[in-house]
Amino acid sequence: MQITVNVNGTDYAREVEARLLLIHFLRDDLGLTGSHWGCDTSNCGACVVWLDDTPVKSCTVLAAMADGHRVRTVEDLAVKGATEGGTGRGGQLDPVQQGFAECHGLQCGFCTPGMMMTSRWLLDHNPDPSAEEIREALSGQICRCTGYENIVRSVLWASKHARASAATGEADE
Amino acid sequence: MQVPAYVEYEKATSVEHALALLARFGPEARILAGGHSLIPMMKLRLVQPETLIDINGLGELSYIGVTGGELRIGALTRHAQLLDSVIAGQHFAILHDAERVIADPVVRNWGTIGGSLCQADPSEDLSATFAALKASMIIRGPDGSRTVSAREFHTGPYETVVAPGELLTEISIAIRPGCGSAYEKVGRRVGDWPIAAAAAVVWLDGETIAEAGLGLTAVGVRHFAAAEAEDFLSGAPAAEETFAEAGRIAAEHCNPVSDQRGPADYKRHLAGELTVRALRRAVRRAKTPNGRGTANRPFHDPGN
Repeated sequence: MQITVNVNGTDYAREVEARLLLIHFLRDDLGLTGSHWGCDTSNCGACVVWLDDTPVKSCTVLAAMADGHRVRTVEDLAVKGATEGGTGRGGQLDPVQQGFAECHGLQCGFCTPGMMMTSRWLLDHNPDPSAEEIREALSGQICRCTGYENIVRSVLWASKHARASAATGEADE
Repeated sequence: MQVPAYVEYEKATSVEHALALLARFGPEARILAGGHSLIPMMKLRLVQPETLIDINGLGELSYIGVTGGELRIGALTRHAQLLDSVIAGQHFAILHDAERVIADPVVRNWGTIGGSLCQADPSEDLSATFAALKASMIIRGPDGSRTVSAREFHTGPYETVVAPGELLTEISIAIRPGCGSAYEKVGRRVGDWPIAAAAAVVWLDGETIAEAGLGLTAVGVRHFAAAEAEDFLSGAPAAEETFAEAGRIAAEHCNPVSDQRGPADYKRHLAGELTVRALRRAVRRAKTPNGRGTANRPFHDPGN
């Protein structure tokens, strides 16, 4: 079947089987390998992306269900650098990404894309969350390195830092 | 790698269109709502529908509102929407209690109320919740709508009265004065099915329980309802001794089985104890009906 999905602002039209899972569409058809294919049972959350404006586990959503909708993946978190043709170099990390870097929020990094996508959504809806609210928001996602303390610290860090101020001291809004 | 078997796919554009597609593709077609039970089962090849009829575009089935003295919940409403609904929590705090412990926040973003009910997993939390609330299920078919009591909705594990060609469209709950409600669940971890859970709804007349609804999850009671304990509660004083006896009766009449979540005697103990706790909380809420909505409250709710 023919589907058109807007991923990170770009429309992608592809012929797919109805049984194709969204995570495989993103990784294998579009080459967007930032979203990770983890437990395959909607338990671990490594595959979390936004469908329209909502975090979902993309191993449990069909690509067909995203037809005509928007998807946002971890590749879209950073603002691309204006001077380097959209390679991402010279761009600006999202405060969530910066927070994970500052607070050592990842060890192996496998769960990180999903953790960051849910964290970005949380901060968009609750800009100043408590540690408990962060734990609740991320409770459906598993870090098998068990680095939860630093993940919570990373999101707290992000909540205290607007984009741009992290790198340049300037607020972007 | 888990991949569903080959399947055809149709996108419904209205309830009428969904019903027409169900008629056209027959009993091997399945409705696809959130898919958070169906797709995992398809990946494991436990179910292998020939055609999926995707109803995610049917905004007409996504709503929560009060009309005609009833709280009405559209079948396509997502779990997260019910958890966020102030009006649902004001009338029936049990809905927030239950939603807060269903799966995890990201799963709740996409899984639907109607999908959970039609999946009819014996460990699913909303079945006992709606049984306790004495809710009604509205089912649309080729010949129009019919209304079925929540207690007649399930015919067995993974089986409901929704026939091929039919679609669950709404759950409605009558709003009556003196009501308080609560859900108590014990699980092994976030996102897991309950070891056991209890749903309690009371309608008070002063200090007397005029009527009660009791639901039990995952302990093998018919229609998810603890009917013998409900009979005992009717007309009983809203007091600790009453709760304790209701819990004893509920435990006596349930039929749990030992599995990886625990031995049967432990589940029976939980059925009794959680019935007591849910009743205690429901009665407390019935006595303080105003301003005790639970919307947007963190998952720990010790004060209520």
